[in-house]
Amino acid sequence: MRTSTLALLLTVLPALALAAAPTRIDRPWARATAPGQDTGVVYATLLSPAGDRLISVASPACAMAMLHENVVTGRMTAMRPLDAGLALPPGQPVRLAPGGIHIMLMGLKQPLVAGGHVPLALTFAQAGTLTVSVPIEPLGAAGPAP
Amino acid sequence: MRRLILLIALPVLAALIVGFAVVQYGPGLVHEQQAGDNGEITIGGPFALTDPTGHSVTAHDFNGRWMLVYFGYTHCPDVCPTTLNTIALALAKLPAATRARIAPVFITVDPERDTPKLMGDYARAFDPQITGLSGTQAAIGAAEHEYHVYAQKHPIKGDPGDYEMDHSSVIYVMKPDGSFDTVLSDTMTPEDMAKQLKGLAA
Repeated sequence: MRTSTLALLLTVLPALALAAAPTRIDRPWARATAPGQDTGVVYATLLSPAGDRLISVASPACAMAMLHENVVTGRMTAMRPLDAGLALPPGQPVRLAPGGIHIMLMGLKQPLVAGGHVPLALTFAQAGTLTVSVPIEPLGAAGPAP
Repeated sequence: MRRLILLIALPVLAALIVGFAVVQYGPGLVHEQQAGDNGEITIGGPFALTDPTGHSVTAHDFNGRWMLVYFGYTHCPDVCPTTLNTIALALAKLPAATRARIAPVFITVDPERDTPKLMGDYARAFDPQITGLSGTQAAIGAAEHEYHVYAQKHPIKGDPGDYEMDHSSVIYVMKPDGSFDTVLSDTMTPEDMAKQLKGLAA
C-alpha cells in the first residue's frame, strides 16, 4: 500500500509541479528605431510548461501594441494580426523572431534608443498579465544580446 | 432552370479562377505580359524619384554600380528593418573596393507618409551607403510598375485611419548598365548575401 502511494505520488508530483510552473517570457528584445520610425518591434521566446495562450499585449510606450504574424506568399509579405492570440503548446518554446511572429508597437511616444528599456505587458489565458522590461538592442541587431 | 444556374455559375466560377490565379501567380503573370521580344523578363527601368535632399534622381544616376533595389516603408516594424539590417551587415563584410561598387536603394511604397528626407534619414541609419528614395504617388507607382512590385494598403483593425502596407519583399540586383541581374531573398543571411555580392561586384 505504502509503495503504491509513493509510486502514485512520484508520478503525480512532477506533473503537478509542471502544471504549476509559470509561463515564461525568455530573452525579450526590442530593436532600436531608425530616425523617423514611430513603429517598434519586440521579440521573445515564450514557454509554458503546462500550455497557455497569449491573448493580448500592451505598452505605455506606444499608442497601440499588437501581436502580428508576417505572412509570406511567394514574394509578397504582409502582416496580419493574430486575432485569436498565440497558442503555447505545453513545454514547447514559441519563438517570436524577425520575419515571423512579432509584437508591434504602433505610435511610439518616443524613439526606442539602444541601451534603454521598453515596458511591455503580456496577458495570457492562464498566467494572467506578466510585465517585462524589454532591453532595446541596436538597429543592426538580429537577436537578443548574448 | 439548370441552364439558368449554369449561366450564373459559370461566369462566377471563371471569375473565381482568374481571381485566384492573379492572387497566386500575380507577379508571374505580369512578368509574362511584359516579357520582351526575346522572351526575357524586363525588370527595372529609368525611375525618376526624389533623393533625401529634394533633388530628382533617376536609375541612370546609379549606372556604373551594382544597384540593390528594395521596396518597403518606414512604418514597417519587422521585415523592412530586418532586410535593411541584412544589407548593412553584408556590406560590412565586403572589401572596401567591392563595397564602393554597390549602391543599395530603399524605395518607399508609402509616399503618403514617407517624405524624401524621412526615407534618407531612415535608410542611412542602417548604413550610410543606403539611399532612401521617395517621390510623388505617380512616380512611386511608376517605379513599382517597372519592378513589378505589388503594394497595397491594409487598414489596421481597431485603429481607423492607420494602415500597413502589404508589399513585395525581395531585393532586385541591377547590373552596372542598369539591366536586371537577379533577385535576392529577404530571408538571406548577411553571410550568404555578402558571398553573393562578392561574386558579382568583385
